[in-house]
Amino acid sequence: MSHDTHGHHESNLKRIWTVFGILSVITIVEVIFGIVKPDALFLNSLFRLNLLNWLFIILTVVKAYYIMWAFMHIEGEKSSLKWSIVAPLVFLIIYLVFILLIEGNYIFDVFHESQYKWIF
Amino acid sequence: MAATVTSTATTGKTWDGGNEPMGASYGKLMMWFFIMSDALTFSGFLAAYGFSRFKFIGTWPIADEVFTHFPFMHGVEAPMYYVALMTFILIFSSVTMVLAVDAGHHLKKTKVAVYMALTIVGGFIFVGSQAWEWKNFIGGEFGAVETKGGAILQFVNKEGERVAVADFAAHLPTSRVDKTRANGIWFEDAPALPEFTVQEVAEGLKANPDVLIRTEHINAKKQKIVLSREESLEAIKGGALYVKGANLEHNEYGHKLFADFFFFITGFHGFHVFSGVIINIIIFLNVIYGTYEKRKSYEMVEKVGLYWHFVDLVWVFVFTFFYLV
Repeated sequence: MSHDTHGHHESNLKRIWTVFGILSVITIVEVIFGIVKPDALFLNSLFRLNLLNWLFIILTVVKAYYIMWAFMHIEGEKSSLKWSIVAPLVFLIIYLVFILLIEGNYIFDVFHESQYKWIF
Repeated sequence: MAATVTSTATTGKTWDGGNEPMGASYGKLMMWFFIMSDALTFSGFLAAYGFSRFKFIGTWPIADEVFTHFPFMHGVEAPMYYVALMTFILIFSSVTMVLAVDAGHHLKKTKVAVYMALTIVGGFIFVGSQAWEWKNFIGGEFGAVETKGGAILQFVNKEGERVAVADFAAHLPTSRVDKTRANGIWFEDAPALPEFTVQEVAEGLKANPDVLIRTEHINAKKQKIVLSREESLEAIKGGALYVKGANLEHNEYGHKLFADFFFFITGFHGFHVFSGVIINIIIFLNVIYGTYEKRKSYEMVEKVGLYWHFVDLVWVFVFTFFYLV
């Protein structure tokens, strides 16, 4: 059984609905930004990724945090379990995404600068 | 020596059963590690998608122009709203799931059953929505021409709005007909004739001065480049194939890999949702039969709950990387 750090199985109803509210608001904000696409964010980029996309990715990670911590209730697990799940995921995903995107970007540059053109 | 003695003593306790490493039961721990490995699988897929997208960043399709459908609103451009709705459905079914787990902690059988049922309904609606999304994606709306180099040429009017190929293509008389095996003894198989030939599209383009070609290439304002009238007539000469909708080899939206990754990743996620619904139904039946009531523990609900939240978690990322970014 789960070892609740705070008392035995008190109802989490308030927490559940709060998290639902947060997730809904974040999704609505994402959709509004996705439709409006403000030029200030959309046309300026940081590390080859525009600011709007950075915003979306940060909001997504926030949503993922709330789903894992509140809904999957990892916040109530022992920290050994919590970190043996979260730490490998965080490390491996960042590592994988980092090397693959750098490589993809490099290949784009190779195509872009090369003598051969894909213009047909 | 002392160390050996201690280790034998603890080994006896550790392997006697009833032990819960990291404070979680065997089933729950295994569910967590399954989820972790599955999360890495999805990360691998999404990272591969990101790789291909960065590789072809200058010509990648713009999601807002691809996913524009909303039920009962035919012809209305509604980017994003439908997937946003799907996201809400899945998040809400996650909420009902967590409410079921919460009710399980208090051993309230009826409440658990009701919330599980709502979760299942949410799951079915989501899978149905995804099927509808696929139907629109596969069917296509406007049609396009694929060039010999594999690039996609789409058609727009002077205002930049998309024009369906069927609305302007010419009809050239042809003697070619679709053959089936019934037509001949030696005939085995042949690809079906396309709805339009490239010549018909080219003739239609010549005859309609309002129609222009839009290329895959993205300009500095992050919009697809529309060719002038002269450039359009020149570009259509490179056409090789009329494409409508999408399959694994051709699609009218842009780069081939875009459709491939869309089918693969949303399909794999949809498969997870579907199996989640099936598992939820099994657990729901067990709740109804009172299996967990007798056991005085609803931990099974908690375990499938973990899986269901994981499916929601993956969708959050798929939503971001296929529709928003």
